[in-house]
Amino acid sequence: MTARIRTALWVVTFTVLVVLAVPWFLWGDPRTAAGLPIWLWWHIGWMGLASVVFYLFTRTDWDRYMGVTDG
Amino acid sequence: MAELSLQLGIVVGYLVLALGIGLVAYRLTENVAEDYYLANRSIGTLVLLFTTFATLLSAFTFFGGPNLAYAQGPEWILVMGVMDGILFAILWYLIGYKQWLVGQRQGYVTLSEMLGDRFGSTRLRGLVAGISLFWLFPYVMLQQMGAGEALAGLTGGVIPYWAGAALITAFMILYVVIAGMRGVAWTDTIQGLFMLSVVWIAVAWVLSAVGGPSGATAALQSTNPEFLALGSDFYTPAYIISTAVVIAFGVTMFPQINQRFFVAGSDRVLKRSFALWPVLVVLLFVPAFLLGTWAAGLGIEVPEGSNVLPVLLSEYTPVWFAALVIAGALAAMMSSSDSMLLSGSSYFIRDLYRPFVDPTLSESREAWLARGGVAAFATATFVASLSRPGTLIEIGSTAFGGFAQLTLPVMVALYWQGTTRDGIVAGIAGSQLLYLSHVFVPSVTVDLAGTAVPLFARTYGGWDIALAGMVLGALLTVGVSLLTTPAADEDDSRFVVGAD
Repeated sequence: MTARIRTALWVVTFTVLVVLAVPWFLWGDPRTAAGLPIWLWWHIGWMGLASVVFYLFTRTDWDRYMGVTDG
Repeated sequence: MAELSLQLGIVVGYLVLALGIGLVAYRLTENVAEDYYLANRSIGTLVLLFTTFATLLSAFTFFGGPNLAYAQGPEWILVMGVMDGILFAILWYLIGYKQWLVGQRQGYVTLSEMLGDRFGSTRLRGLVAGISLFWLFPYVMLQQMGAGEALAGLTGGVIPYWAGAALITAFMILYVVIAGMRGVAWTDTIQGLFMLSVVWIAVAWVLSAVGGPSGATAALQSTNPEFLALGSDFYTPAYIISTAVVIAFGVTMFPQINQRFFVAGSDRVLKRSFALWPVLVVLLFVPAFLLGTWAAGLGIEVPEGSNVLPVLLSEYTPVWFAALVIAGALAAMMSSSDSMLLSGSSYFIRDLYRPFVDPTLSESREAWLARGGVAAFATATFVASLSRPGTLIEIGSTAFGGFAQLTLPVMVALYWQGTTRDGIVAGIAGSQLLYLSHVFVPSVTVDLAGTAVPLFARTYGGWDIALAGMVLGALLTVGVSLLTTPAADEDDSRFVVGAD
């Protein structure tokens, strides 16, 4: 994988993380599950996913974009 | 009366505990500015995470947020999540980590110092510090007003508003003057953990009385079914996006948050905090805002001028616990204010006083002068808060937008070596002027070729004017930089951190 594709993938990943933190596709949906609206469950799960992705980023390319060599 | 002394005992006990921590921190603090402001850049993960977190929260977590959820439904959880959990985390990396790297190499203590040095301009340094202090002032004031009202509410007016605000002000001054960044960071950690625990205990208590989340939500279904559906006339997509973007970008330029970008002990600390951020935001705001939402279904009546959470808790939990929650709210306000005071004083001393008044200021004298600055700033905001001026409240709510205007020009400067002094000055001044005019000039509607066009409105079609200011700031910074050449004393290598 070239550096350029890798960078593009991170940009896309972070963009998707931001955009879908609000489940726009559930707009107006009143359904609930286990006492909470399902859009809220989506959000809680999504934030967990964001933490995992952020963690992976710190383990891999965190320093690459700052011009620092990992030492 | 026994109830009152119990409540006061809990609140005062909390204040004394925090002061004790400050004293321990004081014994560890050397009397030089870098240690006083930045704890010698030695802060660890837990402490950095919670000190930033606690600083980020003001009375909004306990009062404003649940009140909004009670009146409009729980969608603010989403705004918080996008804004604090994800956007701020990404900016934490893009701005925070970069500033940390630059700060490590160049020894900067404030944002204005960093920019002034890079662009060889004391005026730019003063401009950024001045703008920051301008937007900070009402924000500190609002915390004092919140504390005064919380204590007056808790004691049924036995402690009047002014006395509550004065007590908190005196305590904050004493605290910040003694402890510096290390003490502030330590108490913030305790306050953050305290807030998190209190809010979960409150949820458990209330839910056990009403049949769990299903019972509480079923009650809500019968009274306010519209709260369960995502979105409303209030929570429009434009509102959610504007609020999340403006606040997330604004937060990074608040002096007390921005200065934390310089304090981490190692990059490991920054990485861990970054990854834990979204989870922490969910853990605090989901329960806090759901409590406010459920209160609407449980038939809780909130008297005019009161907050929903204390009313709900006094219905379902014992007196001492409700007092603990008020202490938690005071904790939130203080942890925001003490950090603001500390950072505000460093901006004032280092970026305005030293460059423009007394360039020969020594390090140890600076640390003492900083303490005087804290006392003066807090006293000034206290005096201003006594009259509860409405216009200043307006400034308070718009402070985030004001700070957000700084973010994009700073980011351009951090990442693009072609940025010139004229470019960044144009970006900062231009966006501030646009935003200030829309905040302070009354809105007028003009007739333009048959259509009514509002001028100087805060929002256009539901979108915050602050967003337009941010775009303008970025365009001006880039555009003017392209058209001008760097001055002789600019140093575009200052922000380059690689290739050692």
